[in-house]
Order: sequence, then C-alpha cells, then structure tokens
Amino acid sequence: MSFSRFAAIMRKETRQAIRDPSTLMIAGLLPIMLIFLFGYAVSFDPRQFSVGVVVEQPTGETESFVASLRNTRYFEIETAPVRKDFETLMAAGELDAIIILPQDFSAIALRGEAAPIQILVDGGDPNTAGLVGSYIELLVINWLEQEWLDRGQPPLAPLVSIEPRVWFNAEISSRNYLVPGSVAIILTIIGALLTALVVAREWERGTMEALLATPVGPLELLLGKLVPYFVLGLGSFMLSVFVAVAFFGVPFRGSFLALSLAAALFMLCSLGQGLLISTLTRNQLVAAQVAVMLAFLPAFYFSNFVFELDSMPLALQLFSYAIPARFLVSTLQTQFLAGNVWSVLLPDLAALAIFAIVIFAVCALFTRTRLD
Amino acid sequence: MTALVTIEGLTKRFPKQAEPALRSVSTQIRSGHIVGLVGPDGSGKTTFLRLIAGLLRPDEGGIDVGGFDPVANAKEVRARIAYMPQRFGLYEDLSVEENLNLYADLRGLVGSARKATFERLLDFTGLAPFTGRLAGALSGGMKQKLGLACALVVTPELLLLDEPSVGVDPISRRELWRMVSRLTDEGITVVWATAYLDEAEKCETVLVLSEGDLIFDGRPTDLAARVAGRVFLIEGIEGDRRYVLNRARQHEAVMDGTIQASHVRLLLNENARALSLASIGAGDEARLKPVAPRFEDAFIDLIGGGFRAESPFAGGSQRSHDIAIAVEARGLTRMFGSFTAASEISFDVRRGEVFGLIGPNGAGKSTTFKMLSGLLKPTSGEARIAGVDLRTAASEARARLGYMAQKFSLYGDLSTMQNLRFFARVYGLTGARQRTMIARMIESFALTDKLDENSGQLPLGFKQRLSLACAVMHEPDVLFLDEPTSGVDPRTRREFWAHINAMVTNGVTVIVTTHFLDEAEYCDRAALIYRGQMIALGTPAELKAQAASSTMPNPTFEDAFIALVEKNEAETSP
Repeated sequence: MSFSRFAAIMRKETRQAIRDPSTLMIAGLLPIMLIFLFGYAVSFDPRQFSVGVVVEQPTGETESFVASLRNTRYFEIETAPVRKDFETLMAAGELDAIIILPQDFSAIALRGEAAPIQILVDGGDPNTAGLVGSYIELLVINWLEQEWLDRGQPPLAPLVSIEPRVWFNAEISSRNYLVPGSVAIILTIIGALLTALVVAREWERGTMEALLATPVGPLELLLGKLVPYFVLGLGSFMLSVFVAVAFFGVPFRGSFLALSLAAALFMLCSLGQGLLISTLTRNQLVAAQVAVMLAFLPAFYFSNFVFELDSMPLALQLFSYAIPARFLVSTLQTQFLAGNVWSVLLPDLAALAIFAIVIFAVCALFTRTRLD
Repeated sequence: MTALVTIEGLTKRFPKQAEPALRSVSTQIRSGHIVGLVGPDGSGKTTFLRLIAGLLRPDEGGIDVGGFDPVANAKEVRARIAYMPQRFGLYEDLSVEENLNLYADLRGLVGSARKATFERLLDFTGLAPFTGRLAGALSGGMKQKLGLACALVVTPELLLLDEPSVGVDPISRRELWRMVSRLTDEGITVVWATAYLDEAEKCETVLVLSEGDLIFDGRPTDLAARVAGRVFLIEGIEGDRRYVLNRARQHEAVMDGTIQASHVRLLLNENARALSLASIGAGDEARLKPVAPRFEDAFIDLIGGGFRAESPFAGGSQRSHDIAIAVEARGLTRMFGSFTAASEISFDVRRGEVFGLIGPNGAGKSTTFKMLSGLLKPTSGEARIAGVDLRTAASEARARLGYMAQKFSLYGDLSTMQNLRFFARVYGLTGARQRTMIARMIESFALTDKLDENSGQLPLGFKQRLSLACAVMHEPDVLFLDEPTSGVDPRTRREFWAHINAMVTNGVTVIVTTHFLDEAEYCDRAALIYRGQMIALGTPAELKAQAASSTMPNPTFEDAFIALVEKNEAETSP
C-alpha cells in the first residue's frame, strides 16, 4: 500500500466524479427527489372516507347519529332510504363503507341493547377496510354514550377508561417515521449507484488494463475509488437530513454525531456493495440494473421502513438480519423521533460495522490485478 | 544480445472456447529490438501481450521477463514494463496533463525528475500546446501519442503496444513508428502488435500468429525470402482482370491471387512449372512480370495459400441488374453540429463497378456511405440509387440495395438460420423463392454447420459471412459494404473479394469502404476521403501515378495517400 498511488487514484476519481454530470445528479438531485417522493406520495394517514348511510326510518336519533358522523373530519356522508344504490356505488369503488340504520334503530338503541347497526365495508383494500370499520365502531360507541348522557340515563359503565397518549410522534403523522426511514433507502440507492459504475466504466473504456499494468495494488485501487464517493455520499446524507427537518418538519431529537456515524458506516456498506457489483459485472448497464435490484429492493422490503418485519414469516424476519438497511432504519427512526436510545444505537452501530468489514473483505478478495 | 523475455510452451485457454487462444508458443524477445507481433483479429496477439504483462495467468508453459515471473512477481515485472492497450487506456474526461500526472503518480515519478520527463515527453509527442485539453477531445493520432507518453513516464525496459496504429490516419501512423524507433535507440525493447502486415516488414524480428499458433519467428526478410521468385504481376491483361483472377486462383500452379490495380498479382507454388497465361484467358498481350514479394504474400504462403475455390456467385444471377448509373452523389454534405463530417462529395458509380471510399477512421467514409444508402439525411446535396432519389423514394431505392454494416449488426441472440429467415422476410422474399435463396446462401457461405448456433457466438469470419449473406439474399443491384474485411484474416479477406468479384461480373455494383489502404487496389475506382473532403478520385493506377515522384517511382497506396493528403494541404492552406 503506497499512499501516493492511493492518492493518485483518489484524485483521478474525484476529478472524474466532478466532471461527470450523472454523478452529481445521483448525489445531489436523486436524494431530494426521493425524499419528496417518500414524504408526499407515501402516507398511511387516514384520508377522508366516503360512507353511505342507509336510513330506513328517519327519526331524531338517526338524524343525531348522522350528524355525529358528519362532525368528524374522516367521513364524507351520503344518505339514502334504501341500500340498493349504495351497493352499486361500493362495487364501483366510490364508497368505502355502507352503514345501515334499520327501522327499529331508535327503539333498540335507546333500550341499551347491542347496537343493531350493519356496517358493510369494501374489503378490497384491507388496510382501509380495517380503519373504516374501527372508526365507525368507535363513533357508534361515542354517540351512544353521548345519547345516554343527554337523556340523563346512566351510561353502560366502562370498567376501564382508556385515555391514549401518543409518544414520539404525537401527531401520529406517518410522514414522521417514513421520512427518516427513507433516508436509509436513499443512501442505499445512492451508495450502490455511485460506485456500481466506476469499476465497470474502467473495464468498458479499456482503461482498467492500462491501470493494472502499472504497479498499483488492489487496496490502493479500492480505497482510492471509495473515498471520493464516500464524501459525496455523506453529502447526500446531510442533504436528506436537512430536507427532512427543514422542509418536512420531522423532529430531530437525537445526536447528529451519532446518526452521522451510523450513516457513515452504512455508506461504506452501500458503496462497497456497489463496488462489488461493478467489479463482478464489468459492464455499466448490467451493474446499474443489478445495483437497483440487489441493493434497493431488499432494503425497501426488509428494513422495517414500510413493511413491518414483525408481521412477516419467521424465515423472512431472519433474512432481514442480512440487510444492512434494517440496522440503519431503526437508528434513524429513534434518532429522529425518540433521541439517543443507546440500546438501539449501539447494536446497530456494531452490526453496521460488521457489515462494512465483511463487504470490504469480499470486495478486496474480488479485486484482482489480473484480467482472469 | 541477451533475451529480455523468454517464453516456453505457453498455452492459454479461455472458458467457453473450444480452441486455445495460444497454443504452446515458445520464443525469445531480444533486448533493444522492435518485435512485430502480427496476425489477424483473434489470432492471439492481445492474449500474448497480456500474458507478458502478467494480466493473465498462463494455463501451461512459462514466461520470464528479465528474471521474473509475470504472475508471481507481478510488482517487479510491472515496474519494468509499460503497456499500452488498445484504445490507449486514456481517461477521456481527464486532460492531457492530468492523464500524465496519474501515471507518473502511479509509477512514483516525482519532483524535478517528473518535470524533466514531462517536458521531454511533451516535446517528443508534440503535445506541449495541448496539455490542458481533455483527452477525449484529441484526434486519434494525438490520443495515440498521449497513450504512448503515459506508458513512457518511467522509461521501461519493455514496451508493449497493442495495435497502436488502429484507427489512426496513415500520417500519424508513420510518425508513431518514427517515435518508437527512436526508443529502441535508448535500449527499450518494443513489442508492436498489429494486424497491418505492411507494418511488420519494418520490424527487426516478427512473430506471426495465426489462430493461436506461432507460425513464424524470425526476420521479415527471411520470411519474404520464402516466397522470393514466386510473386508475379500479370500485366497487359485483355478483357476483364477479375475473370483472369478467377481462372488463375483455381490453377494448380497458383497459391494466391489478388487484383492489383489493373493487374493481377499471383503467388505461385514452390514447385510450380511455368504458368501458361493463355490457359487463364489473359489474352495475347499479357505477360508475367516478377515483382518483389510483400509480407502478405509470405503470410499467405505460411498459412498454405489463399482462397482457391470458385465463388458460388460466379455464373450469373437471376436478375439482370439493368441500370446505367448505379449511384450518383451530388454535393453530399453532412454537418454534426458545427462539425463537418462530409463536405461537398460528388461522384458517379457505373453499373458493375467496384467503387472504393478509402480513408482513415473518422475521415468521413461511413458518413458518406450512410448518406448514399439512405440511412443518414444529407445536410445538403442529393444521392440517387439506380436513378431513384433517396429523399423522395427511400424505400424504393432501398429495395434495390444491400447493406452490410461495419459492426456486426445481426441479431446475436438469433441463430444463423433465424437471421437468414428474418432478413429474407424483411426483403420480401417468400415461399419457394425464400427457400431457394436461403439454401443458396447457406451453400455459398458454408454455413451448414453453424445454422443452429446463435450468431453472436460465431467466429468473426462466420459473422462477416452471415452479414454478407443477409445483405445479398435479395439480389440487390447495388451492394454497400462498410469495412467488410476489417479484422478478418487475409484468407477470409480473399474469399470475400472472390464473392464480390463474382457478383460484380454478374452486373452488381459494389461500393466499399476500407481503412486498409491497399484494398483500394481491388477497386475499379476509388475516392480518397480525408477530414470530410474527397481529396482525389480515380483508378488506383491514376491515383498512384499522381503521387509518383523521382524519389518514389513505385509508390504503394499508402505512399500515394500520404502524398495526396500533403498535396491537398499545400493547396488549401495559403
């Protein structure tokens, strides 16, 4: 390992990176595009649901019930005396649910018997179906309590009173955990794409042969190529965090230094993965495709970013431990929303460091100074 | 003199290839020599150089470079050698100076030594005024010089040059040769790989490779001596010289024959008795004139003779190709941005003529060619094929022409047969005619064994044959061949020309581009293209006559080209 040869490769890579508009696009533009995409396009927050209420026999009670539905911001309510039209609308996907208030609704409801309301939910999207169902249920209970109170009747005394408090993400805004998590996905893509092309490019342009015929060693080559993209990648990381905090208003409660350390280790994994792909494919087009497939998809699915690992089959949960992004997502989410939680941070840092070492060992193994 | 490199029984195989790339090669490379490494594409030249540089591991045999093994002692060997790969190994997005700096850093050249070396190299290569220019913006010749300079930042003991002259104009090619010759005076040993057989003649020793075998190792003069007294020109031919060549090629006394301007060049068998010119229909006035052998004659002799069979295209085609003027070019000009790739090019090509567009890579041949065949719209000027204007009736014109592209442009993932069927349908051949023509192509180009192979996997010679088959299946009136023989071995090259000659005899018109300047000899007329201009037009004999002088009474075509370029530059510059 000679420092001057390493420095020579590094200088060359830096110049090439600066002169190649696609590198700057990947490092500068792509993170912003992606974070806006994840910040705006992906959201699990409830939207307004369209609900049809069938009122078979209008009474004061049904009126007050419908009004209570209308008073929430979650529903857009239509009423009709029969359910037939609503069924067609629900089949067409224009209604999310139908609530049927039977003729004897008032009578039974005030007797305090089980609420005789039928709720039909469009199960096409189970997520929505579950949400709508449980919202309506809650609203019915609320309404009943209110009604009883108004009439001076004792409510069905609840044994336990639940008063939820939400910690860490008080607004329960899905953006607050999606945006930090997306930083991991962004760093995965950027890291892999930045380096996936750099070795393949040398093979394709025939410069690798000339380079290898000089006394340059594999480690000098590897590190010389890594450092400039590592710096660029850290720049992308800071940019992403800045946009997350300044633009999306995601709170940041942890230590920036600790997060940067995790991001730096993760960046090494990501860049190493790209270098490895590039070294093995020796073809820019193939390398770019493989990078997107191999780096992006597992990070997306198995990092706890969107898809909850706890609800996956055990085999897939175990598989997720092989995905570095998994260990960055948890650190990102706690660092942004909770603060320095050492029991999360330390294991994550350790895991990322192991990944980085392993990936680089494999990379060094495959970096030959021969053509075969 | 001592041997710098000793090679014993060297064999190298690549996975997925039946034949080894090099087969038990043994030789010695002596210090201070220029060694020519000669052979067609795929003969093993690059593999040979890479093995010496330690970039590949030999399967059998050993290499010794100044006492070191290139694989086990890679560091020591790489510190002593310099290697310029094909395409020169330059970073096109770095400037001349940055490229030099990179290689100087990698080779540990620092301080005042670096400054002095750079000064010397920049002066030597004439690149001093361009140090700030990006390597990608340099001309082919300048890239070549920069590649050489980068290889020479530390004076090596051994300089390996892989086809340094490919794609470079003949003037730069000669300059490079002079520069490299000077290096040997400093004691540097040079291995110069080339597919240009004429370059080999100038080397002190040559290694000739053919399909992985080292078939000659010695002085070029010794090689030429093999065929001394066996090379002749038939001068004063009455009638069609192509007919004479065709008869001669099949004569038992003849090993090889080519067209050379208005004559036929023959290589006779070692024990050939006198050749009766009457028996090959050369006419009463014809006579055999002994000429000095060229390296290519000897090469053909080494590989056992040229293409001797009758072309299956001989003996007429079903179509009469009844057109008067096959191609008309009128002031064809094409700009790419502010760059003029072709400027005001005008000529006519008559029916049944072989017309050459000759010039180095990047001169504008292919641009002109694409405008003529309707693939590229001229910025100004017009082109007609068989009287049909390409602008107004492109598809009608295209039905009358066949086109063989420079790069292999068939479907690599389709088999030979699938490609043939596809192109037959594209050209509107159906039913019985399609079957007949496909069968004829398979027979003509000896493709029977390769029908089910994916065309991308075929050896280069077969790829070229299949490309030609797909281009001529519909019996076009005009055949456009873009560098048809680039990289193929001399025997396949002769086979191609035998087919072309046979088709021309049937009345087909052929327009061919080539950067092998000597192939101009095969043409009836040739246009010399240089930097987008047509600098001369005429028969090969006329063109050579224009360049003849008292110092050079018998110029080769390359001499003629250089002389005409210089003349043209003298006229255009004030």
